[in-house]
Amino acid sequence: MKVHSFHLMPYPDLPEDFRERYHSVYIDIPTALYDPVRGHQVYNDYLDELEFAAEVGFDGICVNEHHSNAYGLVPSPNLMAATLARRTKNAGLVVLGNSIALYNPPTRVAEEMAMLDVLSGGRLIAGFPLGTTMDTNFAYGQVPITLRDKYHEAHDLIIKAWTEPEPFAFNGKYTQLRYVNIWPRPLQKPHPPVWVPGGSSPETWDWVCEMDYLYAHLSLSGHASAKRTLGSYYNLLDKADKEPNPYRVGMTQACFVADSDDEAEELYSEAVEYFYEKCLHFYPGFTDAPGYRTQRDIQSGMARQGFGRNQGGGKVTWKDRLESGSVIAGTPERVTERLRETCKELGVGHLMLLMQLGSLNRETTMRNVKLMGEKVLPNLRDLFSEWEDKWWIKPLVNEKRAALTGAK
Amino acid sequence: MGFKEEKVSVRNGMFNVTVRRGGRGDPLVYLHAAGGQAEWEPFLEMLSQKYEVIQPTHPGWPGSDGLEHLDDIVDMAIYYCDFFDAMGLSNVHLVGSSMGGMIAAEIGALGRNYVRKLVLHAPAGLWLDEYPTLDFFAAPQDVLMKALYMDPEKVMASQPKIDPENKEAMAKAMLDRAMSLAATGKFVWPIWDKGLKKRIHRINMPTLLIWGDHDGLNPPVYGPHFQKLIAGSKLVTIPGTAHVPMTEKPEEFVKVVSDFLG
Repeated sequence: MKVHSFHLMPYPDLPEDFRERYHSVYIDIPTALYDPVRGHQVYNDYLDELEFAAEVGFDGICVNEHHSNAYGLVPSPNLMAATLARRTKNAGLVVLGNSIALYNPPTRVAEEMAMLDVLSGGRLIAGFPLGTTMDTNFAYGQVPITLRDKYHEAHDLIIKAWTEPEPFAFNGKYTQLRYVNIWPRPLQKPHPPVWVPGGSSPETWDWVCEMDYLYAHLSLSGHASAKRTLGSYYNLLDKADKEPNPYRVGMTQACFVADSDDEAEELYSEAVEYFYEKCLHFYPGFTDAPGYRTQRDIQSGMARQGFGRNQGGGKVTWKDRLESGSVIAGTPERVTERLRETCKELGVGHLMLLMQLGSLNRETTMRNVKLMGEKVLPNLRDLFSEWEDKWWIKPLVNEKRAALTGAK
Repeated sequence: MGFKEEKVSVRNGMFNVTVRRGGRGDPLVYLHAAGGQAEWEPFLEMLSQKYEVIQPTHPGWPGSDGLEHLDDIVDMAIYYCDFFDAMGLSNVHLVGSSMGGMIAAEIGALGRNYVRKLVLHAPAGLWLDEYPTLDFFAAPQDVLMKALYMDPEKVMASQPKIDPENKEAMAKAMLDRAMSLAATGKFVWPIWDKGLKKRIHRINMPTLLIWGDHDGLNPPVYGPHFQKLIAGSKLVTIPGTAHVPMTEKPEEFVKVVSDFLG
């Protein structure tokens, strides 16, 4: 199987009483809470953490897109991928991705992703999320009920722009272009692998299955919800007569290693709590723009967005999180065992680990990455070796790669 | 007197919409607000004592389909011209509330020949930077209720209740609400200024504007603004009402409307 390092790049300095004093971590969070000097430090720390993951042997490094929030400080994942392209050699650059309905014309996404693919020597994974309702409807003003239609049109245009050998005209409902002819062209042929991150919308499953793309379950709600979502997805694959290849499924998982289980709690529980308490402090009015979920999504029981935030009730403890599987932590042996079980049970061939969460500092994160890379990763690789991974990058052979020597 | 409900096919079956009709007299078409018109409310019954009230459900709201054929508010206005043709209506009194008022204003500008007199209650469609309207898509329930009603508790108490044990009815009510607001969003998301200001000068029939003096969703300051842009229009404020005067003070609302329509 393949294991990747995923970074949300949260703002780590929200005040102690953030949840009580402020309305929401998304959309109307006061900008006064953001200190660009601190921001400078944490961006660079976070990029170091991803680069280090590539160095210790993770297959890919993942960044994603969010707007107007302190949950994830990456409005433009392409910028992060660009800097990572020059500082890594072999890791896949998993951009999860560009919310393609937001960009007009969407050929901008086709161009930037082609640039990244060429710059990195064919290491780009092109992620096309619909985008959360906060990002797309509230921060970017998209009409909820037509978002999905616009997304599909943008997708069709981007794929055609990558694959058509001749300039063409595109007469879409949302985008009209007399001349589509993007330069540069992507290095991977016919185009970089497409991954589609999702919540749990049946509308998305159908389409991803039909297109034979990778479906990435992005949730931090734990094992039960992942099992429900991925179980339904595998049922759908079965009905559509598609092979149950685990490499067509990705999943995020928060994961923390230490020398003992007690030490894990000591090292990580506070930072993780910061994430669940503050980074997921979403005002519910921003989590379900009417029309974002289709009628079918609502009827299927797809929840409004919330990413597994603490839902009322009592306090969730570190132990609860380990039990629910929203967090996997402990000794390398325990973590290895849990990850193997989880991936086998759910059929996950691409595991995206969150090794920094909330306010976790650089030093502890780096140690986590190191332990994961040295003591856990090697014991996961053999899983699913009987399957062919058709959803992974096809980089340029070494002899043809640029030397990356800088100005020397 | 009551009403009858029927299905009407418009544009060769592209739209199949629910229409309620009641009363006798000059035809009065009532265009409902974003939340839809679940009931034949007392104000409709009162109006039907004097007029033939025709209350269609907009395409995309529960009971009417065809939303996929409409992209924007101009499409909606043109659709209503086709609807009038399908119903054999011309020269109607057109009354619209809030989102329905925005549609009615567009029809007044784009389909003049269909409209005899126009009544716009707290119409959506214009925007002043200094007076942002409430984001009713995202507002918390209590804030929204206070913006809509003078006495939310009284209104809630008077409305038909769904038995919370009846899961199916609860799910349907939730879905109906989601559908209504999703359809609304297609025409007014994220800000309802969709070009009416470029067309409003074409409204040339007698026009009455009605506002609740405590309207918390669409502030009363928009009344004079509309009045300025529609030549010869009248503005009447109904004191002690908010965004839904027809529900909270149906007698006053109906009197203001019928005094104007004659």
